[in-house]
Amino acid sequence: MDVSTALVSAIVGLPLAGFLINGLLGLFSESYRNRKSWIGLLATVAVFVPFLITLTIFWQFTSDSAAGVVTLFTWIDVGTLTVDIAYRMDQLSLLMVLVVTGVGSFIHLYSIGYMAHDEGYWKFFAYLNLFIFAMLNLVMGNNLLLLFLGWEGVGVCSYLLIGFWYQDMAKSDAAKKAFLYNRVGDFAFLIAMFMIFRTVGSLDFDVIFSSLVMFDSTHLFWIGLLMFIGATGKSAQIPLFVWLPDAMAGPTSVSALIHAATMVTSGIYLITRFSEMFVMIPEVMLIIAVIGGLTALVAATIALTQNDIKGVLAYSTVSQLGYMFLALGAGGFTAAMFHVVTHAFFKACLFLGSGSVIHAMDHVKEKLHAKGSEADFDSQDIRNMGGLKEHLPSTYKTFLIATIAIAGIPPLAGFFSKDEILMHVFSAGYGEFAAPLYFMLWGVGMATAFLTAFYMFRLTFTTFHGSFRLPEKASGAGAKADMLHESPATMTIPLWALAIASIIGGFIGFPNFVVATFTGEYADVNLLHNWLHTISADLPIVMGKALEWLLMGIAVLVSVSAVFFAWKLYGKGQQEQSDAWVSGHVGSLYRLWSKKYHVDEIYEGGVVRPVVRFSENVLAVFDMKVVDGIVNGVAGTVRLFGTLLRYVQNGVTTNYALYLILGVLLVLSLMLS
Amino acid sequence: MEYLLNITIYLPLLGIVAVLLSRTEAAIKWSSLVVTSLTFLLSLPLLSTFDIVNSHIPQYVTEGVQMLDGFDVKYLTGLDGLSLLLFMLTTLFGPIVILSSWQSVSKHLKGYYSMLLLLQTASLGVFAALDLVVFYVFFELSLIPMYFLIGIWGGAGRIQATLKFFIYTLVGSLIMLVALLYLGFHAGAVHPDLLFTLDWRFLSGSEYQIGLVEQTWLFLAFALAFCIKVPLFPFHTWLPYAHTEAPTAGSVVLAAIMLKMGTYGLVRVCLTIFPNAFMEFAPWFATLAVIGIVYGALVAMVQKDVKKLVAYSSVSHLGFVVLGIFALNTVAVQGAIIQMINHGLSTGALFLLVGMIYDRRHSRQISDFGGIARVVPLFAVLFMIATFASIGLPGLNGFVGEFLILTGSFFSELYDQPVFAIIAATGVILAAVYMLWMVQRVMFGPITHEENLKLKDLNAREVGLLIPLVLFMFWIGIRSEDYTRYSEQWVEHHITQTMEKSDLVLESAMYEELPGWAIRMYKPEATRELFTELPTKSQ
Repeated sequence: MDVSTALVSAIVGLPLAGFLINGLLGLFSESYRNRKSWIGLLATVAVFVPFLITLTIFWQFTSDSAAGVVTLFTWIDVGTLTVDIAYRMDQLSLLMVLVVTGVGSFIHLYSIGYMAHDEGYWKFFAYLNLFIFAMLNLVMGNNLLLLFLGWEGVGVCSYLLIGFWYQDMAKSDAAKKAFLYNRVGDFAFLIAMFMIFRTVGSLDFDVIFSSLVMFDSTHLFWIGLLMFIGATGKSAQIPLFVWLPDAMAGPTSVSALIHAATMVTSGIYLITRFSEMFVMIPEVMLIIAVIGGLTALVAATIALTQNDIKGVLAYSTVSQLGYMFLALGAGGFTAAMFHVVTHAFFKACLFLGSGSVIHAMDHVKEKLHAKGSEADFDSQDIRNMGGLKEHLPSTYKTFLIATIAIAGIPPLAGFFSKDEILMHVFSAGYGEFAAPLYFMLWGVGMATAFLTAFYMFRLTFTTFHGSFRLPEKASGAGAKADMLHESPATMTIPLWALAIASIIGGFIGFPNFVVATFTGEYADVNLLHNWLHTISADLPIVMGKALEWLLMGIAVLVSVSAVFFAWKLYGKGQQEQSDAWVSGHVGSLYRLWSKKYHVDEIYEGGVVRPVVRFSENVLAVFDMKVVDGIVNGVAGTVRLFGTLLRYVQNGVTTNYALYLILGVLLVLSLMLS
Repeated sequence: MEYLLNITIYLPLLGIVAVLLSRTEAAIKWSSLVVTSLTFLLSLPLLSTFDIVNSHIPQYVTEGVQMLDGFDVKYLTGLDGLSLLLFMLTTLFGPIVILSSWQSVSKHLKGYYSMLLLLQTASLGVFAALDLVVFYVFFELSLIPMYFLIGIWGGAGRIQATLKFFIYTLVGSLIMLVALLYLGFHAGAVHPDLLFTLDWRFLSGSEYQIGLVEQTWLFLAFALAFCIKVPLFPFHTWLPYAHTEAPTAGSVVLAAIMLKMGTYGLVRVCLTIFPNAFMEFAPWFATLAVIGIVYGALVAMVQKDVKKLVAYSSVSHLGFVVLGIFALNTVAVQGAIIQMINHGLSTGALFLLVGMIYDRRHSRQISDFGGIARVVPLFAVLFMIATFASIGLPGLNGFVGEFLILTGSFFSELYDQPVFAIIAATGVILAAVYMLWMVQRVMFGPITHEENLKLKDLNAREVGLLIPLVLFMFWIGIRSEDYTRYSEQWVEHHITQTMEKSDLVLESAMYEELPGWAIRMYKPEATRELFTELPTKSQ
């Protein structure tokens, strides 16, 4: 498929131009910084136009079209190593570009209102554009190194945006943490690239895929594992997941765009891109599935206990990403991509909704301060909320829709993607490799699905139902429910757009067996499967239609019962009693969950502090005392000899004569002996 | 064009006259600036007319007359693919360091600017020299202005620091001098017409071979001198002292240019003249390089003085360069050469920035800062860019060099195992740790010291002198090919030749009597089979 160089350059170039214009002018010109509406508009258009361009390319593509590659120029050309700045348009990258620029446009639009009062407005939009640019390099790069450029680039943008309010040390800590955990994963990614290059002699995707036979199984195992470790960094999986919840320190639209919809799904994209290779290494597939399943479950249990509205969503994201890895590990690459897409819709909607809530709560705070009250409260703590649905109707409705979608209630988007994942895991249980483990993982997936529906409705009910609790929580401050107000249209339009996508988005992956049951033997309605069939090397689902119906039924039952439980416990805003009730029933586990399994403390105490202490107390001292000490010692010895020689060389001629005679005697005695 | 090369080298020296004749402070500064700028402009045609295809052959060669008949000591300069970019880097930094001193140096201006100009000539001479005697003279000459720059215009502990720097590197040079004399006579013995020669073109050529035993000692003597200069772990302890006490311009030239003389020497002399010893000792030097990478990073992490931190980061970064050089394949050596430039740009920029904030605050202690990004946004942006370049972010220059070095080391035949590259790659994580931690403590968080509220942001002069460095960081990062092409042919040619020469030496060593250690080390017997199978690789 021929793709126009100009169009592809525009897709990548416009966000970069947006970054440069807003960034440079904003940096140097005071007056430019105040032209907020222009800045926001420019940044949004710089993402929306690429979306439109991508659509035109998308229409020309069929599911059988060959990839179109556009080479702009040579990046590195050294000996046998040649790497081009070259972009690839194929079904997978088109899908990702549409999600990134589509969801990205709405989030840009939303940010116009959300960041309106921030003095770093220009900087914010510059960073957002830069992020889109980096993300496009990641998903469109035609070789591993360009993908890696995007990979690290999104990491930097994430760093800059998490630490956007850098004057708060906790926020800049979170930014640094995100970058460093990612770097650990990147280290593994680099080694994987070295191994590939050593054998293949190229980093271009096409060359790698056609040379997979050159690897022996050990090398393939390590390459796969290292790539996956790289993915655990970027996509926040065990053991590198702890940075993502902290990353919520950034502005909420950043959480929606980067830490829910796009960047964190890079790991899933990477593995899908290499699906052809991963199906050759079932051991790594199993590791991916196990890590994914565990992450899904662990994060879901933590989400159950959190009271920060963004905190719950953050752990939910980690959990859902775990779900996607579970799918990858079970050979459901398309299913994982499906969940990437639907998750982008409903999780972005949820994050933006939470932003709208926080916006409203901050507004209450401002009003109180305007009245002279010094009340301070956490505007992200759901214990201060409740009853928001009357005052923020659009936010409530969209938030609820997205919650239903993530909970897996049919026919919303999350239901279809989650169901397909579980089918794949169950089906892998019939495979030749580690079958019983996959059955167990299906159980883990089901348990997670239950927890997901439960904690999400806990969040929704506690935030929007019951009565506004702030007046009693911060008594005396004079907070009233009518101080709450709905966000402006620039914020609610994206909410509705994403909510609608959360409702209908699932139909791009409508299960074939459902139609087949009614129409006969075979049906071909799963658009996403068709679309990705040349790229994603899915393992087939080997089950009868009856079993598929049964599994689907179980999934629906699990989700519905979880919603029912949540309604019983939290439906009227009785959060604290119910949390206590849950805590009472799971015992000490609850403490473990609410303490986030102590992972941060373990890393801090087990790795970070020992290394710093060792460097400080051993290495730095060693450097000064031993390494430099030896140098000084040598110099000292030389000086000592010099001093001694000075006594010998004292200018007394008779002494010199004595030395001369002694020397002659010595030489003579040596010669005669 | 060969005149142009020599004009470029000596113009700064001539500039000293102008400086000494100047009557006002402004005249001193302006004449220095004009001279160095002119030097830079004059060096540009050298780049544009350079014959890339023949980059392994020295170009713009000036050959003086022999001092004595048969005694081939002569003036000899030229540029080839190895030295060209380093030469350009040096001319680029000329006006930059002059501008950086504009307001921060106020005492003994004539002496100060004379020293900077002398340093410029000496540095250019080192990279342009093609006779090892000329190389040695410039190599030593560069010590003198640096000695005074630190000793007179440095900080409180300057005397001790400058003595340490001077004596340490001088010890290395003197060992090199002895080796040079030996090498000269040895080469003279081999040469059909001469008694003594240190012409690099002859020494590096395929006709000249050295026996294994002599090669070992000579290699070690040169390598020691160069490794002190680099500095390679464990010879690095002079560097933190020198950097902390040096004035900004001194630190910049030291980091950006002078340290490169060490890595440059390793390639120019050790790689091309002593092939067997080079290859045999490669894993040992790689070990030291890898230790230096990790060790330097860990020690950098816990420094409290920003300049010391950047100094230790240099130990870590130059470890990468040494690792690349000894990997002896095109990818890694090309990476090492471009990384010399990259380190010059990013570390030079970091020292400039640290100097700028020191001018305002008279402190380099990390704990004296905090939250200043809000007060000095331009400074913060430029500092972040230099930081990201330094920690090897793709799209900026540092990444290209590190990636090539690591990739090349990963499959280097000399290293046999990828373990060197894997351990070195942890340096990528560690660099992010120490740099971002420092950046955070200096830039972010609330402002903890009231003095910092009044800091002035960078002025036009300061931004202006940093802009070229930033542009090159991006340019090399995005189109590295524009730069690596200059050294491509050089690297290919000399690696091939080094391999061939080492085979020839081993072949002839089979018929020689060697001490036991040399037989164990080089195993000349083992190559016999090799040569019965392969056709002899003579010219």
